[in-house]
Amino acid sequence: METHQQPEPGFLRRYVFSSDHKTIAKQYLGIALFMSLVGGWTAYAIRWQLAWPATVVPGYGVVGQQFYNALVTMHGTIMVFFVAMPLLLGAFGNFCIPLMVGAEDMAFPRLNMLSVWTFFVATLVLLASFFVPGGAAASGWTGYAPLSDNPAYTHVVWGQTLWILALALEFASFLMGGVNFLTTALNLRAPGMTLWRLPLMVWFELNGTVLFLLSVGPLIAGAVMLLVDRLLGAGFYLPAKGGDPLLWEHLFWFFGHPEVYVIAMPGFGIMLEILPVFARKPIFAYRTIVWSAIVADGLSLIVWAHHMFISGMDPRLATPFSITTILISVPFVIIVFAMIATLWGGSLEFPSAMLFALGGLASFLLGGVTGIFLGSQSSDIYLHGTYFVVAHFHYTMFPVTFFAGFAGLYYWYPKMFGRMMNERLGKLHFWLTFSGFYLTFIPLFLAGLGGTPRRIYMPSEYVLYKPLQPLQVLATAGALLMLLGQLPFVINFLASLVRGRAAERNPWRANTLEWTVASPPPHGNFAGEPTVFRGAYDYSLPGRTTDWAPQDTPEPATLAAAG
Amino acid sequence: MPNTIESALGSSSRAGALSRRSGSVVFGVVIFIASEVMFFGGLISGFFVLRAGSAFWPPPGQPRLPVLVTAFNTVMLLASALTMYRALQQAQRDRWQASGRWMIATMLLGAGFLASQGREWVRLVGFGLTARSSVYGALFYTIVGAHGLHVAGALVALLFVFGRLRRGAYSAANHEGLTACWIYWAFVVWLWPIIYVTVYLS
Repeated sequence: METHQQPEPGFLRRYVFSSDHKTIAKQYLGIALFMSLVGGWTAYAIRWQLAWPATVVPGYGVVGQQFYNALVTMHGTIMVFFVAMPLLLGAFGNFCIPLMVGAEDMAFPRLNMLSVWTFFVATLVLLASFFVPGGAAASGWTGYAPLSDNPAYTHVVWGQTLWILALALEFASFLMGGVNFLTTALNLRAPGMTLWRLPLMVWFELNGTVLFLLSVGPLIAGAVMLLVDRLLGAGFYLPAKGGDPLLWEHLFWFFGHPEVYVIAMPGFGIMLEILPVFARKPIFAYRTIVWSAIVADGLSLIVWAHHMFISGMDPRLATPFSITTILISVPFVIIVFAMIATLWGGSLEFPSAMLFALGGLASFLLGGVTGIFLGSQSSDIYLHGTYFVVAHFHYTMFPVTFFAGFAGLYYWYPKMFGRMMNERLGKLHFWLTFSGFYLTFIPLFLAGLGGTPRRIYMPSEYVLYKPLQPLQVLATAGALLMLLGQLPFVINFLASLVRGRAAERNPWRANTLEWTVASPPPHGNFAGEPTVFRGAYDYSLPGRTTDWAPQDTPEPATLAAAG
Repeated sequence: MPNTIESALGSSSRAGALSRRSGSVVFGVVIFIASEVMFFGGLISGFFVLRAGSAFWPPPGQPRLPVLVTAFNTVMLLASALTMYRALQQAQRDRWQASGRWMIATMLLGAGFLASQGREWVRLVGFGLTARSSVYGALFYTIVGAHGLHVAGALVALLFVFGRLRRGAYSAANHEGLTACWIYWAFVVWLWPIIYVTVYLS
């Protein structure tokens, strides 16, 4: 063969300082899964405190007020920036993009390695902030100024600065990753892989990446100003010194809202990739889905102020932002409709990957629908400060991060590690997670409708909200069930690495290019450059002996004649 | 840009270890610049928001910014875009001696810009303008400082590319690193007049 079947490098270059996109993907995956345990641990302590305030949390102790604030802050920060991003972009983006476009690696492999190691340092910095004097950041995952600006408000000195530093490193890491993703997907495609033949996973990773690259700049600018405030004593966000705390909210949410879609897009990409495979049907309205995602991307850059309806910004701004916010549901409704239409009349199969994809689709639907009440400023004014927002947020982010993330893991695990996962444990994992999730957040919707305020240590100490306390207990029971439900996954993930059945090339009978190479693919991915002849969703074509047609199969003569 | 991508798609073969198709480096730099534009957009909108919230601008008791000296700096930086462009032109004609000389001129102009800016900073601090003294001062140091850091970073990139040029890594047909460097340099140069007008003149 040609030269690009490269010799396997030595241990350190192969597993630690590797520039192979598949190894880097696994490194991101490892960090994300570890951090999800840390994030789950914070959720556990938070939920316990809310259900049974000021009692001993088993395995931890009593959660004090100061620590509660740190827990809430770190829970959000960890789950959004150190779980969802590395899982959906870092792991799946790195793994899938080069394989799916038919490239031997990313466009800039060494930059890619720098990216994952920068992220590793960011993770260490964030974890270290738990242990410094004053504890971790306690101003919320949104870091609202002036709470985050002046240590006098939260009694946190080092934690907040380390928080900013960790996020800065993370953004640097994903900037490098983003440049790689875009360049690879646009410039390293195999012959025949036209834009309209790209698998939707690649399209959606690209959409998320573009959005990240366009939105993160203003937040970095805001973070630089915050750092100047904290370290040099300036007053960008302090009214007493001529600053404006709302400026932070604008800069944060200019990024913060698109960030939801930075995460949602790859999540949708995973679901869109999996649904046709297990429905054995072509995707419905491929191009419409892509255009909808692009429109959603564009709109998501002009909806941010709906987070600020009750923050004291100029109320004249509210109506335009209400309109754009309601508008953005249109492209998402189209995508969801296309997903359901893909399932319609299909020969459905239900392995764990499909269950998680369907669970994600169903739950995100609820998350999206409840978002309409928050997008409209008149209902948002009542709901914004309540648990309704907490429940809505989790109903959108959890499905795209965890349901879609797990779906992707069950789906690509054989390709990543060369072993099959156990289906029985996978299904147990799904049902425990799914029921635990609904049991947690449906009660919180109700608690929010009843007015229970979020962000506070002990809502039940107010007589007004005391009758709603059983809802909090229910939610905590759900959270415990959900955490327990991760046990089969951890066992399955680890045991399958050693004892799983060896995976064949294409266990799911799927069409995209990664399934045409060995599991796991060798260094350099493809033996020779693949040539692409068709789109990724030619399932159940008439006139073929198999009900799938990998992208590198030439058009069969019978079809050409029929066409 | 699409032209580069499409033409790269059809032709090039992938011999050798992890080859890059032509256009990748330039494309990567352009993507990076897009997010840099948003970063400076964030800083400058912060400037206008805070300025709109102040009754007096610049605030009373704060020193005025050195408009004239900085105008000279601006001209110096703009000239460096010209010299860098000349370096690229000479590269396209396979004249590497001349190309290297134009690069040296570019680096000298860039370094001169930074040195002159630094001198003004020292003077301004002496006059009592600091990040702590007012939002006016904090904005000045943050925005101008962010740009200065970008110039410094671009200088490092220039130095790196210059080293490769000297070692004969480029040819008239393939000098993508130099092209990418020119694009990034042009970005930091053309960003400056916008900042100058915003921070010094408006």
